[in-house]
Amino acid sequence: MRKIVLSLLLTLGLAVTASAQSSNMLLNAAGATFPYPIYSKWFDVYHTAHPTIQINYQSIGSGGGIRQLTAGTVDFGASDGPMNDQQISDYKTAHGGVGVLHFPTVLGADVPSYNIPGVSGDLSFTQAALAGIYLGTITKWNDPEIAKANPGVKLPSDDIVVVHRSDGSGTTYIWTDFLSKASSDWMSKVGKGTSVNWPVGLGGKGNEGVSGLVKQTPDSIGYIELVYAVQNNISYGKVQNAAGKFVKADLAGVTAAAAGAAKDMPDDFRVSITNAPGATSYPISSFTWLLVPEKIQDAAKRDAIKDFLKWMLNDGQSFNEGLSYAKLPKPVVVKELKAISLVQ
Amino acid sequence: MSTTATTIDGAVPPKAGPRAFIDRLRDGDEVAHVITLVFAATILLITSLLVYELWVNSHLSRAKFGWAFFWTSTWDPIFDHFGAAPFIYGTLVTSILSLIIAVPLGLAAAVFLAELAPRNLSDSIAFLIDLLAAVPSVIYGLLGIFIVVPLMRTVVGPALKHTLGFLPLFQGPNYGVGFLTASIVLAIMIVPFIISVSREVLLTVPREQREAALALGATRWEATWQVVVPWARTGIMGSIFLALARALGETMAVTMVIGNDPKIRESLFAAGYTIAAVIANEFTEATGDLYLSALIELGLVLFLMTFILNGLARILIVATERGGGHPS
Repeated sequence: MRKIVLSLLLTLGLAVTASAQSSNMLLNAAGATFPYPIYSKWFDVYHTAHPTIQINYQSIGSGGGIRQLTAGTVDFGASDGPMNDQQISDYKTAHGGVGVLHFPTVLGADVPSYNIPGVSGDLSFTQAALAGIYLGTITKWNDPEIAKANPGVKLPSDDIVVVHRSDGSGTTYIWTDFLSKASSDWMSKVGKGTSVNWPVGLGGKGNEGVSGLVKQTPDSIGYIELVYAVQNNISYGKVQNAAGKFVKADLAGVTAAAAGAAKDMPDDFRVSITNAPGATSYPISSFTWLLVPEKIQDAAKRDAIKDFLKWMLNDGQSFNEGLSYAKLPKPVVVKELKAISLVQ
Repeated sequence: MSTTATTIDGAVPPKAGPRAFIDRLRDGDEVAHVITLVFAATILLITSLLVYELWVNSHLSRAKFGWAFFWTSTWDPIFDHFGAAPFIYGTLVTSILSLIIAVPLGLAAAVFLAELAPRNLSDSIAFLIDLLAAVPSVIYGLLGIFIVVPLMRTVVGPALKHTLGFLPLFQGPNYGVGFLTASIVLAIMIVPFIISVSREVLLTVPREQREAALALGATRWEATWQVVVPWARTGIMGSIFLALARALGETMAVTMVIGNDPKIRESLFAAGYTIAAVIANEFTEATGDLYLSALIELGLVLFLMTFILNGLARILIVATERGGGHPS
């Protein structure tokens, strides 16, 4: 009996030392679910190139990522919306005045998807139309605000069934951020966030819940992530951008929106690129960010994180389009590479 | 307990000092007593820890909204205004409606299986029902989305509107998702619990009870409803409350078919929301402290509702027992 126990302990000890040797550094990160597919690809490829560094990412949601980072349980966080001033000051209070840096990683976009019996082809939506539909002030499909952007399309006089996300999500953040810019009514009555108090509509859980409801319910409209729409061959409409042009979302249009916003990019990268200037910019786009502490005590960890950021901005970006994420525009990459040195 | 018993019996003479304790341990009874006591205490400990955690972490929300939390019907994470009323309403409506659908169905099926069906058939059907009870709720949610929702929109809803449309319960637009759909899916989920437990209880009713009733000239129907079912009443009630507990706490299947709109509406076709569903939906992305605290307070409210409903259940059981029947 004793022999068995002894040998078991020995094996266990060996296993522990072995695993400690094979990966002598484990970085923990947590946050946004939207970029999870590309992040796990990056962390995996990076680990293959640097076998001593392993990054463990848990996609618990942006809110959770910010909370875990503030609590100090992860080495870096990830979020679909930038941290607000309150959250940054909370972080500073918890970490003796040390701040957080935002690093944009990839771009995402939301698209309007609809199901109107008898209407095929892409509908165009003015910004006022989308805001009106989601505010509940536009209730019929043949409303003049929708009809004027779609000459020649025979729109029914049926009631519009509005669908939104029921779970808190970065997708909702981008959508409501756009609507806040499109309509001052939306801004003052509803606002922007990962969950909001919707004036009208049904809630579906996740992209699959929203697209499922839209597919099943005649005369409905809902918003879904571009990635999800592309991967599942879901058709979606064009949206009017700041320049007045109707743009159908694609990866190039999203990168164009980021490039349009890059000129006025603040030094902390906390910027909303919805409704960005530029004739080809798709208006409902956003960055997603990694959140890295300004000061990292453990020198080895600090170097690893900085090296990963560098790799992500150069080599990492080439994996984006294969997974339907838009690339960062060049000026943003250059600016971020400079910002890496701020991590001390 | 066991030690006093053994000394009184005189089977084991009392010994002094540590040896006595070891002997008692060897006896086994003491060990069993301590172990089971610890396990029982764990349940109490977990429950009180749960309440304590919910209470402490909902502090911000309780301080800000007070009792008004119960009857405020706004849920606005942006402007930090939170009220539980639409969620309490949705939870009560769906659970009670699902019981109204499931109890007659489940009870009748249980009576058939226990009293009328041949034993072989009864056993094999019971096996299938136990399997149904173990199906994960997300599967029932999918069943809801792909079958109940379209049926509701195209067949059941219009039919109800046509026949009972004069009632406010069956007015307004019908998108297929809403209170009624959620209740139907919940009913499908909880029927197996009611059937399975009620059948077992009905089978334990002594044969003599039936024979006595039949001997007195009762028909089989009368014997079943006036003797067998009342005898098993406590157990049947138990099965119903087990089902109610599942309906109250169900998250996934409900959120997939209820429409997730926190409004109080009288129409059963309208979309609603339940407490468990909103917690599951919004917890991960809840960034503000007050927001998180309000969600935790919702958890506390759900706990309270379960507690009150279970308390009512006990009172009901005691009251019906006093009214007659057998002294179970």
